Amino acid sequence: MIRNIYAITERELKSYFASPVAWIVTAFFIAMWGFLFAAIVASGREAVIRPLLNNFSVTFLLAGPLLTMRLIAEEARTGTLELLLTQPIREVELVLGKYISSVVFLMFMLLMTGYFATLLEMFGNPDEGPMLSGYLGVLLQGMAFLAIGLLASAFTQNQIVAAVVTFVTLLILWLSDSLANTVLSGTAADVVRYVSITQRFNDMPRGIIDTKDVVFFLTIVVGCLFLTTQVLTARRWR
Amino acid sequence: MISVEHLTKYYGPFAAVNDISFEVAEGEILGFLGPNGAGKTTTMRILTGYMPPSSGRVIVAGCDIFKDSLEARRHISYLPETVPLYTDMSARTYLDFVGKIRALDGRKRKARIEEVAEETQITEFMDKLIGKLSKGQRQRVGLAQALLPDPDVLVLDEPTIGLDPRQIVETREVIRSLRGRHTVILSTHILPEVSMTCERVVIINRGKIVAIDTPENLQRRMQGADTVDVEVRGPAEAVQAALKAIPQVTDVRQRGNAPDNLVFSVDSEIGVDLRERLASTIVERGWGLRGLRPSTVSLEEVFVQLVTEEAPAA
Repeated sequence: MIRNIYAITERELKSYFASPVAWIVTAFFIAMWGFLFAAIVASGREAVIRPLLNNFSVTFLLAGPLLTMRLIAEEARTGTLELLLTQPIREVELVLGKYISSVVFLMFMLLMTGYFATLLEMFGNPDEGPMLSGYLGVLLQGMAFLAIGLLASAFTQNQIVAAVVTFVTLLILWLSDSLANTVLSGTAADVVRYVSITQRFNDMPRGIIDTKDVVFFLTIVVGCLFLTTQVLTARRWR
Repeated sequence: MISVEHLTKYYGPFAAVNDISFEVAEGEILGFLGPNGAGKTTTMRILTGYMPPSSGRVIVAGCDIFKDSLEARRHISYLPETVPLYTDMSARTYLDFVGKIRALDGRKRKARIEEVAEETQITEFMDKLIGKLSKGQRQRVGLAQALLPDPDVLVLDEPTIGLDPRQIVETREVIRSLRGRHTVILSTHILPEVSMTCERVVIINRGKIVAIDTPENLQRRMQGADTVDVEVRGPAEAVQAALKAIPQVTDVRQRGNAPDNLVFSVDSEIGVDLRERLASTIVERGWGLRGLRPSTVSLEEVFVQLVTEEAPAA
């Protein structure tokens, strides 16, 4: 079980680091964060990382779909999925292996932003608690994004379709908060606000970790991974 | 080793595979022969557990491929028609990955990769990216992948497609060498491949089995008779009459029409060898006997005949 997942993750990571897409995405976003970081610190004159983490979560709306679009769609297109699904491994192992690799890549990207935190530590006196909880928030939110992207990738052989579907889904989840505040009212607004990712995320960089929010993100992850597994197993249904 | 029972697969209302049954003994090489779209790939995909049948079942090494899929798949290796390769990996890392999934451990895996690379002759380009390899080289990497876990059952879908003639010969050599060690099912639409590599042939057309037999028997069955080709120099009609007069000869047909070099196909009842009788008859009359050989209908003719016979029925 563990060994199969590890083998899949390892191969997938090699693929990430061998692919120009991952590097371009990473380079582009580091450059962007650098720019934002400089702008934020210069204008605010405050040693806080919160605005940067907020920005990270927005930019990951774009980066997430690019990181997951390939995962299953590409294998379906080239036929390697036929190889994997006739090997003595379970669908769930395949799904977990792929998912973990994308999370590791997310962590790698987050690690890159550690550079900014280090700068703050060197030249200022930032509050570490909110910084860490903020990172946890970004990680949890990113994990939810990646799980949604993986599910979209399982539905199609076309990477672009997978990326667009993921992006639109994330955008809806992202915008649902403003939707609730402007267009809707009453119970409908409450329901839509409940699924809003913005709402769930906002508190964490302030240093507040609400179990409900953590559970919310993990529920998305588990739900999407379960559905992805079902999509792959569905071909065995009679 | 493999037992296929009443396998049927519908795509919507269309039966891609329609009630086929056959068995493959341990160590046997079975050819799966049929034109494109006959249901070969569908059958292979069911056999390897990639998709379930609509009805019927497949038992591989004692395990039901559908109900006990994981265990059954441990015994099978599969080379699909589109060779499943990761173009951003080298052949070596690719085989290493497959080896890990097949639970081959460290040093054993390394040794086995070398062995298989040797066998499929991919050693020279093991460290090149698969994306940079030619079609034939990729095909061989795919075959190496299938051989790697040393499986009980090998399912090869069109293993020689896209290879150049020399590689085809080599690949067939590799497949032939598997006899006895592995049970092999091999699909192809190339006839000589079957007679060269397989001990038994399943001919499939439009999702149905048309014939199962050894290549030799299929030829005999198609003929329904033993035939000898006779090359004679002499008067055509007289020769034909004389040959027809021999007991046990059922038919004499004149082929070729060179003036003083006639070729006759002489049919006899099955199992009767007429060659000596034919020779003495011709020599006694003072005609020139120039050649005498048993005729073998090639499997290609068998195949064409089987397939065209089936066509009007559908």
